[in-house]
This record gives sequence, structure tokens and C-alpha cells, in this order.
Amino acid sequence: MAKTDIIIHDKKDNVGVIVVEKVIKGQDCDCWIMENDTSNNIKSEAEIPLGHKIALQDFKEGDTIIKYGHDIGKVVKSIKKGDHVHVHNVKTKKW
Amino acid sequence: MVNMDIPKSFLGYKRENGRAGTRNHVIILPVDDISNACAEAVSNNIKGTIALPHSYGRLQFGADLELHFRTMIGTGKNPNVAAVIVIGIEPKWTKRIVEAIAKTGKPVEGFSIEGVGDIDTIAKVSKKAQEFSMWASEKQREECPISDLWISVKCGESDTTSGLASNPTVGNLMDKLEPLGVHLCFGETSELTGAENVCAKRGKTREAQEKFMKTWNSYNDFILKEATNDLSESQPTAGNIAGGLTTIEEKAFGNFQKIGSREFIDVLEPAEEPSKGKGLYFMDTSSAAAECVTLQAAGGFNIHLFPTGQGNIIGNPIEPVIKLTANPLTAKTMSEHIDLDVSKILSREMNLDQAGDELIKATLKVANGRLTCAESLGHKEFVMTKLYRSA
Repeated sequence: MAKTDIIIHDKKDNVGVIVVEKVIKGQDCDCWIMENDTSNNIKSEAEIPLGHKIALQDFKEGDTIIKYGHDIGKVVKSIKKGDHVHVHNVKTKKW
Repeated sequence: MVNMDIPKSFLGYKRENGRAGTRNHVIILPVDDISNACAEAVSNNIKGTIALPHSYGRLQFGADLELHFRTMIGTGKNPNVAAVIVIGIEPKWTKRIVEAIAKTGKPVEGFSIEGVGDIDTIAKVSKKAQEFSMWASEKQREECPISDLWISVKCGESDTTSGLASNPTVGNLMDKLEPLGVHLCFGETSELTGAENVCAKRGKTREAQEKFMKTWNSYNDFILKEATNDLSESQPTAGNIAGGLTTIEEKAFGNFQKIGSREFIDVLEPAEEPSKGKGLYFMDTSSAAAECVTLQAAGGFNIHLFPTGQGNIIGNPIEPVIKLTANPLTAKTMSEHIDLDVSKILSREMNLDQAGDELIKATLKVANGRLTCAESLGHKEFVMTKLYRSA
């Protein structure tokens, strides 16, 4: 089995989770989609540590982040495909 | 997929009321903060007893006082407790707790300090505690059906590995054990925010669904009323954020994986004992680890599963807390706290079904008497939930 760098919960998700210690900028990463047990690839555009999220597409302000197939927050600063997705560019829609 | 054969029994302590314990504690329970010193002195004197000091029990009123009583009484009634000594400053509240615990049929005795003083009370209580401790030490573990397990769950210091692997491992265990007749309980009302509608749909009846939404709305209204900012300092916690969790919604969907594909049959008040038979219950609790587990133990749950990402270290004095993690760094750097490492799910060397089986094995070992990491390290966090200011 190929080494998995990124796990994606649901095929509808637009972010994935780094499951190795880190990925580095420019790395060609192997992704595994849990829901349908399929694989694909993405090039990382930043260094991203274990457990943190990578953008699987370009986002603009106001877009919705989907994980587990559900809405988990809104984009507050545009994000490029392959970039780090976290508190600096995504916020809750609650509270 | 061939699953392992799940053992149909464990070795537990049979109690007078038909329940079974995974532990055999003799507890010294202070009714109030000012009785802690006395309770702790007795537990120092008499080996095989454990004092449960806490910070409250004076001038509480209304629903907050009722919760205090429910927590005290439920803790004493828990089948992991063989016998109970209750110590309070005044006789009235002490008596109320003693009488409710006595309904289980287990040995329980109350003492009050006013008019006697600490020293004579300690002497008197120590004699009774010695009798209870030596009596309980004769109890033997016996074969009990697996349905005597009442399993509570709560996650802490979560990160994205919790939602990917350790929480779904707990969900896999629930899916396998619920059909065998165990009682199950999840809580953490505020941490379902963002997933509240999805969670509500898991109510088995319309009544359970409506009760859940009412409970969640009430907690959410309280948070919105008291919050001075967007709560980003608390939910997600700094540890959650370090672990890659960005929003409460993301945390909630990860949290929610713990119940697998189960449906809940009822919504419990904090520390309320389930009364609708076997199956999964939701309990209205804070998401703070020690508060939540204390309430679940008071609800009668006798073994706890605690998935962690960044490494929460909580334990409970009467309910053994089993920790699992899928974060390979936490498994390495905090190994003395981790009972089960499921990080191989992330490297795809283990699937969820295998991890669920490993967790069932670990749970039964602890049910049979193996100490948890938290027990061996002396973690006994007993934390009362307080609803509002005292009078």
C-alpha cells in the first residue's frame, strides 16, 4: 500500500488532514479518501504539520469549508489549493 | 470481514441491587467543602478507603442544589463502590444522602461534625471505615454478563486525529457492544455545536430528538449570554488548535464519531441515572473532562473510554478511565497516559474494525481489574458541576 500523507473523510470534503509528521512545500502528497477507499494526489504549497488541514481547491472569502461531508466554518481570507487551512483563514459560523 | 468473538462476560463485583462493579472502592464522601479535612484524615488512617474531596455543598439552592445531591448520591450508589461513609458539617443533608444511597442495600453510614469537632469525628469515623474496608476486602470478583458494563465516553484535548481515528474506534466498539445489552452514555452538550441537527436526528424517538434540541438550545443560549468574545479562547482550546482543529463545528463532527451509528434512547439530566433500559443515552454535561466524567460516574456508569489527541491526562476516583489516542506523537511522548495506541489507523496498518476489537479487549482487561494508566498515576479528579452562584 502506498504511504498516505493525507486522509480525507468524505468525498464531498474540500480539505484533507495531514497524517504524517509534516508535509513540505512543493511535496507531491498521496491522499486517501476514507468514504469510498480511493486515492489521489495533491501538491502541497506550504509546510503543514501533522493533524492540520490542506486545501483541496482554491477558496475565496465567504466560501464554506466542508469536512466529514458537513459545513465546519467560513473562509475569512482567500486560500489557494495546497495551502494550510486553519484559524488564520477560517472561522466558525457559530458563537 | 471476520470479527473476533466478543467475550460474553467479565469478572466483576456483584452488588446487593443487582448491578456489578469493575472496582471495589470504599469511599469517604464529604457533603461539603469544610468536611474535606475530616474525610481526608480518615482515608489516611484507614487503608483501602478513598476520600473524595470537592469544593462545594454550602448555601446552594434550587436546581444547583438538586444537582449537588444527585451527584453525591449517584457517586455513592455507583456499583464500583462497595461501601460509603458520608461526612457533613450538619446532620440533615448528610442524612438525606445516606438514606438515598442505602436504597442500593450497600453498607453506608453518615456522620456530622457540628457539636463534635474534627478530632472526635475522625476517631469515630475511622472505626466505621476500618470495618467497611475490611468487609469489602473479602469481596471476590465473579463472572458477570457483559451487559453489566455501563460504558461512558468523553474525549479530551482532541485534535484532528481524534475525529479520524480514536473517536471512530470508540464508535466501532459501541456498534459492537450495544447489541449485547450494555448501557452507553455520551455527553458534552456544547461540543456538539455545529453538529447539533445531525446529532438530534440520532434520537430514537421524536421525544428524544426534541429533548436533545431543547437541551442543546438551552446550553447554547447560556454560552451566548455569558460569552465576552467568540469563545475562541475556550472552544476549540489552545491544545485543539495546536492539533489542527480550527472551529467548534469541526470539533463537533469529530466528537460525534464516538457514537458510531447508534441512536440514543433518552436525554439525561446531569448525573441522572438512566431508566429506560439498555442502549445509548445522551447526558447534558459540560465538555470539561473531569466535570463530565464525574457526572457520568454519578449516573451509574462503571467504566469510561476517553479518546485523546494532544494528551488529556484525566482520571476519576471511582470510574476507571481508559485512554486511547491515534496521534503517534502523543502515543510516544505521553506513553504513560495511553492505555491503547490506535495511531496505526492513520498509517493504514490497522483498520477501524481491528482497532474496535483492540479497544474491546482493553476495556475487558480493565473491567476485570487491570489498572488504567490514570489509576496507576493516581489521577482521581472528582469535580462537581455548579450551575450558578450560591446564596
